[in-house]
This record gives sequence, structure tokens and C-alpha cells, in this order.
Amino acid sequence: MSGKDKLAIFPSRGAQMLIKARLAGAQKGHGLLKKKADALQVRFRMILGKIIETKTLMGEVMKEAAFSLAEAKFTTGDFNQVVLQNVTKAQIKIRSKKDNVAGVTLPIFESYQDGSDTYELAGLARGGQQLSKLKKNFQSAVKLLVELASLQTSFVTLDEVIKVTNRRVNAIEHVIIPRLERTLAYIISELDELEREEFYRLKKIQDKKKIIKDKAEKKKAELLAASKDVRDNVANLLDEGDEDLLF
Amino acid sequence: MALQAAVKGKLISVIGDEDTCVGFLLGGIGEINKNRHPNFMVVDKNTPVSEIEDCFKRFVRRDDIDIILINQNVAELVRHVIDSHTAPVPAVLEIPSKDHPYDASKDSILRRAKGMFNPEDLVR
Repeated sequence: MSGKDKLAIFPSRGAQMLIKARLAGAQKGHGLLKKKADALQVRFRMILGKIIETKTLMGEVMKEAAFSLAEAKFTTGDFNQVVLQNVTKAQIKIRSKKDNVAGVTLPIFESYQDGSDTYELAGLARGGQQLSKLKKNFQSAVKLLVELASLQTSFVTLDEVIKVTNRRVNAIEHVIIPRLERTLAYIISELDELEREEFYRLKKIQDKKKIIKDKAEKKKAELLAASKDVRDNVANLLDEGDEDLLF
Repeated sequence: MALQAAVKGKLISVIGDEDTCVGFLLGGIGEINKNRHPNFMVVDKNTPVSEIEDCFKRFVRRDDIDIILINQNVAELVRHVIDSHTAPVPAVLEIPSKDHPYDASKDSILRRAKGMFNPEDLVR
């Protein structure tokens, strides 16, 4: 995939500093995200365990509730239609609160009683005890289900967030950091090359200078050998042999 | 939305057979709103699947419903609709019905978790 790619940047000291800072930032971010993913994972496992526990418990509770419904029907006779027709206002409602895990908000549902029992008078004639037992059973079932619902919602939300976080961690680990490292290596190699070039140039200039100096020296020595004094050749400024000017 | 949710109590809705609905209504979750729309639906063996689908979708769209309880045998009928609902709210909860025992391996949530855990191992 991204075999050789690096950031398009001019190799210079400034760019090197920039990339170094970015690499450090990426590594820090990677560490933090990893920690976040771990924290979420811990919570996630905990919730998963609880969900499975609650689901099994729910099976029991629902069984009991269904049984008490059958009992109530046995004593009271069929009251299904009465109940279905007389629905008005909900007595149990849900409040949702927010819980925060590593920056992720999880909704927590909570049931509460609101208003009075609509079916207060149901079953007054016959089987009142069975009916109240039935109501109690289903109310506890509702409580359990609300708990389960908040667990399940947290589960779904966390699942999503963990996926996103892991994707980010992997992207930083396998794409961004290698790319920055490659860019850094490229910049360093380019800078080294420039330095070597510079060094070579300096050496070359020194060599040239030495050659020129040697040449001059040699010439001097040759001249010195040819006539005893090089300076003899130089004409005397005062003795130039021009006529005296008389006015 | 969060603020509104904190202020106003939300409802639980039920889709299921008659006995399940009656039980939960006695538990006190039933409500009929101003437009005479109930928050429960009774499914019998003559109810067409499309009607259940429509009802489920309507409950999902209603913003005063936070939890949808659905019988597992009914959920099986509209499995594709439930699986396509991935948002955390409203939470869809599959419950056992009177004449169908609960099967953990069919639950859409537990199936999602299957990659990490095997539900059969954890249900002792």
C-alpha cells in the first residue's frame, strides 16, 4: 500500500525540526488513544458479562411473570380485552442519564413511577391477590428489562466507539508514524549528502588554493635562480633618464 | 435531545403476543397518546409481517420511546428490520414469549458479540 510514500517537504533543518515535532506528537497521540481503547475495552467486557448474566436472569423472571399471568387468568377469567382497552397513561416511565467513560457518553436508563396505577380497580371483584402478584412480577420484569436495555445501549455505543478508536490507533501506528519516520530519514539523508558535498567542495577549494600558492612560489624561486636579485630588474624611479626641464 | 430526554420521561413500547402485552400493560407501561396511538402492538398468528415491520419502524421513529420490547418469535419475523436498526436509542430488547423459550444465539445483540465471546459458553 503506502510502500515508499513520504510527505512532500523540502529537506532542510527547519523541516526536520517540524517533522520531529510531528512524530513526537503522533507517538504521544498513539499512546493516549491506546490507553483510551484499553479503558473502553475493560468497560466493554464488564458490560458484556453483565448483559449475559442479566439475559439469563430475564429468562427466569419472564417465565415467572408468564406463569403468574396464567394463574391470574385461572382465577379471574379472561381479562385480556379489558386490559388492552383501558390503556390511558403510562405509569412507569424512563429517565435517561449520561455516563462518561473515557470521553464516551453512555446513556443509562432508569425507570420511575409516574402517576397512579391505572388498573387499581381491576380484579377487585375476583382474584385480587393473584392480580397484584401479577402486577408486581411484571413490574420487576420491567425494571430488569430497563437495566438490560441500558446495558445493551452501552454495549452498542461502546462497540462502535471501540471500533473507531482501534481504527485510529492502527492508522497512526501503521500509516502516519512510518510515513513521518520515512520523511525524517529522507531529510536526514539529504542533509548528510549536502554536508558531504559541502565538505568536498571545501577540500577542493583548499586544494586549488594550495596549487596556486605552490605555483607562485615555484615561479618566484625560478626567477630568483635566473638573476640574483629579482629586484635588480626594477628600474630606479629616480633614474629614468629623461631630460631636465628648464623654463 | 439529551436535555429533553433528561426533562421528559420516555416510554417503553411492546410488540408481542397478547399475553405478553397484557402482562406489561398491567405492569404499567401502556400509554395512548393524543393521536390515539398506543405504544404497544398485539401480534397474533394472523398479523401480516408487513404490519409488524411498519409498527416497529413507527416505534423507532417516535422520539418519546426509548426502549422497544419485542418477543423473540416476533423478532425472528422482522429480523432484517431489527438488524438494520443500529442506533443505540431506542434500545431494542428481545424478550422470551410465553410459548417460545429464549434462545440466546438468535439475539441480534448477542450475535454481534459472538466474534468476541461465544454466548453458549457464557450462559451457564
